[in-house]
Amino acid sequence: MSDLIHLTIDGRAVTAAPGTLVINAAKQVGIEVPSFCYYDGLSQPAACRMCLVEVEKTPKLQVACTLPVAEGMVVHTGTPQVHEARKGTIEFLLTNHPLDCPVCDKGGECELQDMTFRYGMGESRFIEQKQHTDEEQWSPVVFYDKPRCILCYRCVRICDEGMGVKALGVGNRGSVSVIEPNMFDHLECDECGMCIDICPVGALTSGTYRYKTRPWEMKHIGTICTHCSDGCKTTLGVRNNEIIRGNNRDRSGLNGEFLCIKGRYAADFVNSPERLQSPMVRRHGKLEPVSWSEALTAAAGKLSDVKARDGKFAVIGSNHTSNEENYYLQKFARQALGTNNIDHHRTGDVATLLDSLSGKKEALATTADLYDRKAILVVSSDLSQQHPFLAFQIRANYRHHDARVYTVTPGPVREQSIAVRSIVTVPGQELAEVESLRNQLQTEPELVILFGDAIKGDAIRKLVAFGDSLGIPVKYVCLVDYSNSRGASDMGLSPSSGPGYQPLHSPGLAYDEILAAGDLDVLWVVGANPLKQATLASLWATQAAFVIVQDLFMTETAARADILFPAASAYEKHGTVTNVCGEVQRLKGGVQVMGAKPDLEILGLLSKEMGVNLGMWSADKVFEEIRKNVRGYNVPLPVLATGGAAQTAPVNGRVPVSSRPELIQSAGDTLFTSGTLGRYCKKLNSTLEAPGALYSGRP
Amino acid sequence: MLYNEPSPLEVKILTKRFGLANSESLDTYLATDGYKAFLKAVEMTPEQIIEEVKASALRGRGGAGFPTGLKWSFVPRTSPKPKYIIINADESEPGTCKDRLLMENDPHQLIEGILIAGCAVDSHKGYIYIRGEYRYLIEAMDRAIADAYSHGYLGKNIQGTGFDFDLYTHSGAGAYECGEETALLDSIEGKRGVPRLKPPFPAVVGAWQSPTLLNNVETFSAVPAIIRDGGAAFAALGTPKNGGTRLVCLSGHINKPGVYELPVGFNLLRMIYEVGGGMRNGKKLKAVVPGGSSCPLLKADECDIAMDFDSLAKVKSMLGSGGTVVLDEETCMVKFAQRIMKFYAHESCGWCIPCREGTVWLKKMLDRFHSGAGQKSDIPLIGELSKNMLGRTFCALGDAAAMPTISIVEKFSDDFEAHLNGKPCPYQHAAELAMA
Repeated sequence: MSDLIHLTIDGRAVTAAPGTLVINAAKQVGIEVPSFCYYDGLSQPAACRMCLVEVEKTPKLQVACTLPVAEGMVVHTGTPQVHEARKGTIEFLLTNHPLDCPVCDKGGECELQDMTFRYGMGESRFIEQKQHTDEEQWSPVVFYDKPRCILCYRCVRICDEGMGVKALGVGNRGSVSVIEPNMFDHLECDECGMCIDICPVGALTSGTYRYKTRPWEMKHIGTICTHCSDGCKTTLGVRNNEIIRGNNRDRSGLNGEFLCIKGRYAADFVNSPERLQSPMVRRHGKLEPVSWSEALTAAAGKLSDVKARDGKFAVIGSNHTSNEENYYLQKFARQALGTNNIDHHRTGDVATLLDSLSGKKEALATTADLYDRKAILVVSSDLSQQHPFLAFQIRANYRHHDARVYTVTPGPVREQSIAVRSIVTVPGQELAEVESLRNQLQTEPELVILFGDAIKGDAIRKLVAFGDSLGIPVKYVCLVDYSNSRGASDMGLSPSSGPGYQPLHSPGLAYDEILAAGDLDVLWVVGANPLKQATLASLWATQAAFVIVQDLFMTETAARADILFPAASAYEKHGTVTNVCGEVQRLKGGVQVMGAKPDLEILGLLSKEMGVNLGMWSADKVFEEIRKNVRGYNVPLPVLATGGAAQTAPVNGRVPVSSRPELIQSAGDTLFTSGTLGRYCKKLNSTLEAPGALYSGRP
Repeated sequence: MLYNEPSPLEVKILTKRFGLANSESLDTYLATDGYKAFLKAVEMTPEQIIEEVKASALRGRGGAGFPTGLKWSFVPRTSPKPKYIIINADESEPGTCKDRLLMENDPHQLIEGILIAGCAVDSHKGYIYIRGEYRYLIEAMDRAIADAYSHGYLGKNIQGTGFDFDLYTHSGAGAYECGEETALLDSIEGKRGVPRLKPPFPAVVGAWQSPTLLNNVETFSAVPAIIRDGGAAFAALGTPKNGGTRLVCLSGHINKPGVYELPVGFNLLRMIYEVGGGMRNGKKLKAVVPGGSSCPLLKADECDIAMDFDSLAKVKSMLGSGGTVVLDEETCMVKFAQRIMKFYAHESCGWCIPCREGTVWLKKMLDRFHSGAGQKSDIPLIGELSKNMLGRTFCALGDAAAMPTISIVEKFSDDFEAHLNGKPCPYQHAAELAMA
């Protein structure tokens, strides 16, 4: 290509696109130019002066992180002058650094350590007194240790540019400069921990990880966050069977380095003392711990009995369990129990969207689209709170590509600050307000529309018709709540459609009908807690069924169980989940909790106990079946196996089912709540900001 | 008011009204050719104004000495964005004290210079960024601005010419760094005063992302004379490529310290002995800081030199901002280095590592060294650390700290040797530095 720039770095011919920075051009050919303050995707402060390189025909050393490539440029990154400069910078950096590496959290994965090892001078010439200030706690999540800080301003920039929160700033000047929190002595922010992970040294440390372990003492397990539906990859740091942190420093997965407080720190529910660790059976009105075999025998016996006398079953599935578990559960219900009375708490009307898009190609947006597409319309969602990663993508899109953002929301949202137009609407008026944007949207080259639970049923059809009428390519995201809400829908936890939205001839009872039914023999609830919701609890009043529950905690629903199985969380099992954009990713278990079993295993053991053959209950085998049987799920296995995300595409035909829009309701979780799991996350609940409120106009 | 007797050797162009009764008043200004240059400039095309300024060989008086006319020509006049004029009155360089006199004694000359610049770059709004410690000058400038408004020399349709201009003062908050033009821009926008990446240069992307013309008070103050009497006349006062006069701030161990307006290229020794009345108490000359504390020092035998940008560059020093500090034989150069490093360590904004850590390390080391706890290895280390800052910092502040230090340790190593082995400072009985 003729518009590429040709230059030479350390004697190697390099071609790079115009505007490429020398530091990145060098990286392309495997030449490391060290830096502290430079961070891909953020603004360039050029503050650390570590990336100085020699450029022929320029007298002074040049800063590689702000220098764009130029035709014929000759760069040297390894000359004595460059090495001297690096040595000098490291020497300066270490003058006021406490060198407390033996106890520093960052020790072993510290960029300053690495750089000193590689480029430092080996001995110190600094014999003056070091400056010291005591460490500060800014929130339950964030601690600041000023002496370690090298003032690279990554934290300030990620908070401002990446998160749109601007909670960190710089105070004082000169060698006593400090990073300061927005509330003078503490932080009020998203508590996302981006600043901590992005810190190249141990200046910002997290309340969950501080002084607990060394990085090399942990196992690092890459899995998918179990909270919201964005499907962020999080690398769990596990030591002694305890999840100490989550991060994504290797930038793998669809979220790059992004994680919110939930992905990083909200894993402590796993080791909560309130976890159920033994099966229980109700005797004389009281739940009593029993052995697994006893509970399984009792439950299988009950199911077999009712089945034998052609009794009535109903099953409620979960938004958190894996695709394999959901698939196996509906298979269990339909094949072993012979019922279509199966449903789950539906948080978004995926079925209607898929139906409306039938026949269209590439009409479902991926998370990457939110970063790439020229225009974004957000309808009725407080994205920064409910879908923090999607919001992060949109902010990055705005920052890097000048994306044009539109919002139509019932209250103030963070995205307004980057929107070309924001409309605050009242419920019911969303589509009318969207219509008022028609002239502007028509001028966009392309559009992604994200919509929350206020848009369901016919409203979705109207929205898609509106999108069609714009005459530009439009993609959609139907926002759903939890880590596998989309998967639950796709796997057929529905009374009217099977896996892949295959219509059923004899639909079963829906969620509300199940709860209200007075004539059920067995109600089987897997990982759901309908009784938490007052409206649903009142339906339950007439419920007379024998109740089997699988859950992590003694929820309101679990407390009503006749047989209760302790289930494992997503961090304790293998499988796949599907995120809000339909991207399938692999779960990888990192810890085990004594007594609890993955739901898939519970289902398998129950089927075995009943003498019904539903196939092997290993996650890989069930996923093989899913790939064959569920429309859109024939995704390439290597992508998943290597930790990638593959988007499903189940939109090539009609989904002739009534979605019962009145049943669709988001739980309205904020950044600091997460359904049942959130109730048992100490870290989430200990923040000053918890529980927070949607559309509250937080920054 | 004035703080020293004028010298007969002065060439009074910018200071010609100094000493007149009520020299700061609009009446006095109007009675002495005031605002005539502006009325002339309004009739000229922007190109003509800029050509005239180029012809004057006026170079920026803030320290860097960039050709002013060239700088003005960089501002994209036809940009649809507003264009701003910002006047750098953040005079903070140790040894420099000239802008205050210009604002105190002849504020309307400054305002007129700004108006002419406004005509040249199609700007209609200006901000005078005044050093926070110059509180009284902010009030003085505000009074002058109010007078100019009430008499139709600022605001809409100035003197019926159809030219509009609004001018405001803006207070600095006590940071030397904010005299650096891009840090000043951040500061004026309400941010922490740290320098910006260049390019883009302020002429293209400056205040509020708009084209911005930024010059020193003295630079703007020279403009009315250039337009009134022609660029060539101004240029003829100085040496080639170094037009006009400069306000030289003579201080240190001389008999008549003060601010004198002298042609650019005036001989330094004549400055000391003829304008400045010679060395105090008949002491011998030891060194001179030629243009503010950031400039490499000149030894006594280097001082027979024309004070213009190019001559000083030849001896690896700078004309800087005109703060000429004269040091006599009893000056402890270690103490001097310590004092200026204390300043830079205090004023480093902290943005980049070499300046933030280097200045404070050097300060600590010089403190220790001067107190008698120095080691022989410290002497080369002072130079090496300074060189580790030189050319590697984000802005020129790190260079400003490094350059004089390198020159001191190289040119006055005897003074350093004399402090070794726990010996007391050999100059401890000498008078304190005038600038300390």
